[in-house]
Amino acid sequence: MIRVQAMPFDPGGELNTFTASVAGAGAVVSFTGLVRDVSGGLTSMEIEHYPGMTEKALGAIRAEAMQRWDLAGALIVHRFGVLEAEEMIMMVATASCHRKDAFEAAEFLMDYLKSRAPFWKREVTRDGADWVASKTEDEDALKRW
Amino acid sequence: MQILYFAWVRERIGLPREEVETSAATVSDLINELRAREARYDMAFADTSALRVALDQELSEFDASLKGVREVAFFPPMTGG
Repeated sequence: MIRVQAMPFDPGGELNTFTASVAGAGAVVSFTGLVRDVSGGLTSMEIEHYPGMTEKALGAIRAEAMQRWDLAGALIVHRFGVLEAEEMIMMVATASCHRKDAFEAAEFLMDYLKSRAPFWKREVTRDGADWVASKTEDEDALKRW
Repeated sequence: MQILYFAWVRERIGLPREEVETSAATVSDLINELRAREARYDMAFADTSALRVALDQELSEFDASLKGVREVAFFPPMTGG
C-alpha cells in the first residue's frame, strides 16, 4: 500500500490498520519520520513532489522490497506540502513471519525513498528559506543493498 | 515535448513546466538547446552533476535517447524520507 498525501496522518491508526491487514505475520516493524528543527529557527518545511512519478517510484521500491524479503505486507505513507516542526512527514511499515525480514525491509524502504523517490524538502527559517541538500551518505546507504 | 522543472531548478527557470519543440536526440542535446535560449536556463543547467533527469517519469541518464519520450523532468537530487 502506497499513499502520497498533503493531509496529516495518524501513525498509530495506520499501524493498527496495517497490522490487521497482515493477519498471521509474527513481526511488524514501523518507522515514522518527523520534521526536525535542526537550526533552531525552523518555521516550516515545504515538501515538493512530482505527482505521477512519486507514486510510480514508491510502488517500484515497495515491489523490490516485497521481492527481496519474505513480507506479508509493506506500507509507505509520505506527505507533501507545508509542514511544521514536529509534524510527521512519512512512515513505513513492514510485516513478516520473522523480525529480521521486517527490520531489513523497513531500512531498505527508508534508504531508497530518501534518494530515489521524487521529493524535495525546503526549510523555511526566520532567516530565509533554502532547499535541503542531498547527503553523500544517503547515496552511499544504497550500496549496502 | 513536455518539460518539467522541480525545486530550485523550477525556481531558477521561473516556471514549473513548458511545451518545447525540439529535435534533440539526447538529454544532453536538449540541455544544450535550452542553455542557448536564455541566461536563466544557462544558469540552471550550468552544473549537471547537481541535476537529475527523468524520462517519462523514470530516472534516466544525460546520454539517454529522447526517442519516443513525451515528458522530461529536471530536478536536484531527491531529499525524501
